[in-house]
Amino acid sequence: MTSVAAGDSNTTHTTPQGVVHAEGLSYRYGERRALDRVSLTVARGEVFGVLGPNGGGKTTLFRILSTLVDADEGTLTMAGFRLPSEKRGARSLLGVLFQKPALDGKLSVEENLHHHGSLYGLSGQSLRTAIDRSTERLGIADRRRDRAEALSGGLQRRVELAKSLMTEPKILILDEPSTGLDPGARQDLWRYLAHLRSEDGTTILLTTHLMDEADRCDRIAILDAGRAVAMGTPDELKRRIGGDVITIRSRRPDDAAATVERVTGQRVTRIGDLIRLEHANAHVWVRQLFEVLSEDVVGISLAKPTLEDVFVRETGHRFWNEE
Amino acid sequence: MSATWLGIWSLASRELKRFLRQRNRVFGALAQPVLFWALFGGGLDPSFRAAGRSNIGYVEYFFPGTIVLTLLFTAIFTTISIIEDRNAGFLQSVLVAPVGRESIVCGKILGTTILAVGQAILVLALAPLTGIDVSAIELVAGIALLVLMAVGLAGLGFAIAWRMDSTQGFHAIMTAFLMPMWFLSGAFFPAAGLPAWLATLVTINPLTYGLAAFRRVLYLGEPAVTADLPGFGISLLVMITFALSMVTLAMWLARDHNLSKRAA
Repeated sequence: MTSVAAGDSNTTHTTPQGVVHAEGLSYRYGERRALDRVSLTVARGEVFGVLGPNGGGKTTLFRILSTLVDADEGTLTMAGFRLPSEKRGARSLLGVLFQKPALDGKLSVEENLHHHGSLYGLSGQSLRTAIDRSTERLGIADRRRDRAEALSGGLQRRVELAKSLMTEPKILILDEPSTGLDPGARQDLWRYLAHLRSEDGTTILLTTHLMDEADRCDRIAILDAGRAVAMGTPDELKRRIGGDVITIRSRRPDDAAATVERVTGQRVTRIGDLIRLEHANAHVWVRQLFEVLSEDVVGISLAKPTLEDVFVRETGHRFWNEE
Repeated sequence: MSATWLGIWSLASRELKRFLRQRNRVFGALAQPVLFWALFGGGLDPSFRAAGRSNIGYVEYFFPGTIVLTLLFTAIFTTISIIEDRNAGFLQSVLVAPVGRESIVCGKILGTTILAVGQAILVLALAPLTGIDVSAIELVAGIALLVLMAVGLAGLGFAIAWRMDSTQGFHAIMTAFLMPMWFLSGAFFPAAGLPAWLATLVTINPLTYGLAAFRRVLYLGEPAVTADLPGFGISLLVMITFALSMVTLAMWLARDHNLSKRAA
């Protein structure tokens, strides 16, 4: 058994392709392909988001990237370490934030941090310094003696963050970090992530099902049914829409869709009762369509494209299937 | 301290802190066996003597069994927390830490052994009440045997709990397997004169040998009391084999490999 120092320098561990480099990752649960040949590259200091509906494969990807499970197929390099063979090395440079709070409720905040640091090879003065620094940075220094189970959800999340940061990870991986956080705590979290990226150059990889959260990432991958259907900066992806988005709700959607296609000369997307089209001159069309469709229209809207529109465009179905 | 030991010790000391902060667990592992001992011991003593099953009274006969029960209960309580830790999410963060799975197994077993033997020693302190006279050498050798048994039981508990996703499942195994294992170890009744099928179960039960060795050590000065039991050499050998194989089994089950897809 060998121990791996937590403070290896970046240069030796960053491959030219990026801090995280995945190619053709697949994972099966029995017959079901939870992840289907997903490739992605994340550069050092980037905030990379994996956006997708629940069941889209985000969590499986997170479990592979966090070294909890091995991919069935594909290659993965994290901070210069090949997985799964060099797991131990990769683990020492990773910080992982799970969806469920990974704290021992019976231990105090400080004891939780102490335990965590020990698992990463910290001891003595360096362990104490790491606890001091991380609790101060997260503003929980006054809670150190509190039992973890007595803290609110937001505070527990902060302790978790302190925990994953005390080992100064090169890559921080977060699974749905906003889950269970009130809006204020979410703002805090994002402020903190931005700070971490700019101060420490930490690479941040997170999964989310929230569009606004994905919008705050430098780049995102959209995951649906186990496949990465789109990848790029949020603006890039939105620009692919090629204009603004008109959404029409009609009493007779079939007739209305035919009419719209005839008038605009453009294919529309149908999602249930909704008719959707994208056009560079959408604002001109809105008025005209409203007049042509007249009585049948229940509602008509014009909007700048959102990531939800990107998702609909790439997958042909709505983000929230249950709605 | 090397990083490996640091990890093992941190995991073990977490066990100790958790245990001592949950009063019901302390009660379950310590008070329950003692209560059993007082009730069964007191209740069955007259009929045990009348039947001439042993040359000692039942209060005394049941005492070493009570100590082993303390070990068993503690091992159950600490390893069942693997399931709780997995469901609560705590275990996952340990699994992605740069500690080997062997360290996770060792940390759990070390923590369990300290707790189990610590409590067993507290029970052992009641020995004078039974009339068992424990000399210094008997005490040291007895504790060494308890350590060996605790390691084996902790490894067994770990192996059972690792793949399990509910504590109910563990309770079912406890009732159907672990408790009978203790009943049929000579803890509760002597093996002599049992029906053949029960006698067979007693013979293949590793705990039988643990108890035999432990009794032989407690009665170093009175070998007549333990004359019917398996010999010390074979008993010790079985205990060492049991402990080693349970630890190996636990490490094998917990290994860092994709085969444990569901367990991750």
